[in-house]
Amino acid sequence: MDLTLTSEEQAFRDEVRSWLEANHPGPEPEGDDSAKFEFQREWQGKLHEAGWAGISWPKEYGGRGATLVEQAIFSEEMARARAPRPANVLGLVMGGPVVIAHGDEDQKERFLEPILSGEEIWCQGFSEPESGSDLASLKTKAVAENGGGDGSPAKGWRVTGQKVWTTFAHAAKWCMLLARSDPDAPKHKGLTYFILDMEQDEVDVRPLRQITGEAEFNEIFMENAYVPDENVVGGVGNGWMVGITTLMHERAGLGAASAVALRRDLDDLVALIQERGLAGDPVIRDRVARLQVAAEALRLGGLRTLTQTMRTGIPGPEGSLAKWQWADANQELTELATQVLGPEGLERSEWSYKFLRSRANSIEGGTTEVMKNIVAERVLGLPRLR
Amino acid sequence: MDFGFNDEQQEIQRTAREFLAARFTPEKVRELAESRSYDDSLWNEISELGWPGIAIDEAHGGQGLGMIELVILCEELGYACAPTPFLSNAAAGLLIDAVGGDEHRDEWLPGIASGEARGAAAFTPDDPAVVPDAEGAAAIVLPEGDGVRVVRASDAEFDPVELIDATRAYARVSAEGGDALPGDPAAGVSRVAVAVAAELTGIAQRAMEMAVEYAKEREQFGRPIGAYQAVSHRCARMLLDTEEARSLAYYAGWAADAEPESLPMAAAMAKARASDAAWDVTASALQVLGGIGFTWEHDLHFLLKRARATGQLMGTSGQYRERVAELVGLAAEPVPG
Repeated sequence: MDLTLTSEEQAFRDEVRSWLEANHPGPEPEGDDSAKFEFQREWQGKLHEAGWAGISWPKEYGGRGATLVEQAIFSEEMARARAPRPANVLGLVMGGPVVIAHGDEDQKERFLEPILSGEEIWCQGFSEPESGSDLASLKTKAVAENGGGDGSPAKGWRVTGQKVWTTFAHAAKWCMLLARSDPDAPKHKGLTYFILDMEQDEVDVRPLRQITGEAEFNEIFMENAYVPDENVVGGVGNGWMVGITTLMHERAGLGAASAVALRRDLDDLVALIQERGLAGDPVIRDRVARLQVAAEALRLGGLRTLTQTMRTGIPGPEGSLAKWQWADANQELTELATQVLGPEGLERSEWSYKFLRSRANSIEGGTTEVMKNIVAERVLGLPRLR
Repeated sequence: MDFGFNDEQQEIQRTAREFLAARFTPEKVRELAESRSYDDSLWNEISELGWPGIAIDEAHGGQGLGMIELVILCEELGYACAPTPFLSNAAAGLLIDAVGGDEHRDEWLPGIASGEARGAAAFTPDDPAVVPDAEGAAAIVLPEGDGVRVVRASDAEFDPVELIDATRAYARVSAEGGDALPGDPAAGVSRVAVAVAAELTGIAQRAMEMAVEYAKEREQFGRPIGAYQAVSHRCARMLLDTEEARSLAYYAGWAADAEPESLPMAAAMAKARASDAAWDVTASALQVLGGIGFTWEHDLHFLLKRARATGQLMGTSGQYRERVAELVGLAAEPVPG
């Protein structure tokens, strides 16, 4: 057991740190969403030129092939430097890795480079109004075109349905789309993973205003939208398995960064409490201490998972817990911060935004209830309810 | 960066798990708890394995390993719910080693390491102090103002007390004099807190396993109760509590050996988390077990009571959170103005 960095890891950290010092683009423009997005796109271009964009991707696909520890170090340094997110975060964290894992050579050739450069933005079309936690029940249908009933291969697919909670859909060129290609198969088996071109009239994107007042997400309406057959990833009927890979990448990708973000916000909160003269309040002291314990437990659990994955290739049980721990801790942290500020904390501010935004943490990317089901069934081996 | 045990540590863990499962069977634990006694032959076996001296240097008869190895043993002893004087003896060793001078180390550590002249330590600042495993010990470490002193057993008076936890012996000890140890007790006290946190982690793990096993088998309304989310989510929470306690205990063990400047915070976090985890998990396990969990016949109550008593050794979770708040940078007094 050694929680310090090896000399190679230290050298890697120093390299990342000094690159960020030299290349940090400064604070993101406020207010105007499209200006912010362009800013993030330029930032991604810069990251890509220096070889940081696809840090986890294999070298043969334009990535850096970094180890898990190096990826964690990179996330930490990005968070420490308060560097902006790259514009195409969903393509980098989910779309690209899925194409690398399940795509064919043509797809790798076609899709990977523009993901890295930020030239083509990706979004994710999984959730539907009627299919949230029960994702496999989704209804968006994909009908083979010119496939006939004679077993001749489909030339393409026509997709009709509705997706919701789609980040970046307004800017996206491609959508990772899960749709039902076989209505007669059992619900997990009738799904296919498509890469849908968003730039067609048959796809309508409408912003979805959330409780924070902003529209971070969108709804997508598809009416006979066209997907060529070569944009099926992982084979017809394998959509569930391919989609699960996406979600695993999403949860793993968020892990290291979320622990660092929590640490940073907690440091800010401690400073705020001091500034407001509330450091002697025993209730606040106890709540801060609980948050400190939670933040460290999250960080250390992440490191244990990392070690286990490096040693065995299989993440340990702690990994399934991280999303749940983080959501709980982030909600408690922002509740405490707004309470410390009093009525001022409810005015329009960074803290009141974080406070409201954190309510989604226990829903997005799998609800806390679903996380508990996963822990109970897959880690503890308890019987399934269904 | 590597947050896992090395081969030797894994071997220690495996050996400990197997040895304790064979010696401290549920029947044996029950027999010892019901008679509120220890088995001297088992202590001799534990001593022959070198466990009492695991973190004591070789010059004083120990194995010269570190806190991580001690953490491993404490976790397994908690998991086995083993009635032994191990923890109090280890605590005395840690305190004398960290706070004592050469003469104290030379006098007491060899007996503590061999298990032949045990030590015992007070885990609370009360006077008279409640000391686990005081009877039969040669040396007793007691609080003395802000420091600690070592008292010869022959100079002390014992008044046995029966806490709800029957898997450990306790006595109120009063004694005059003894040797005041010259060092700052902070590092020693933190190390003891880490050992206690590790034992609590093992207790939580065992109670969780009991609850999960029962939830898989017990059927009501035509299906295993573990299929109901009211029960399965309770079990998931047990895993979260146990794993958080474990991550923090291992980290604190590592910090004690490798990064002492991080030890005060690491130990306070570990003890705060583990005290709550062990109680929450054992209490929650009793709820999953339902009526059978409330019977004397079921073994869970030994764990539940040990969790409660051990959770208070060296201070409560609330006291440790207060320490965490201080270390995180919240000034104890309100900032003026």
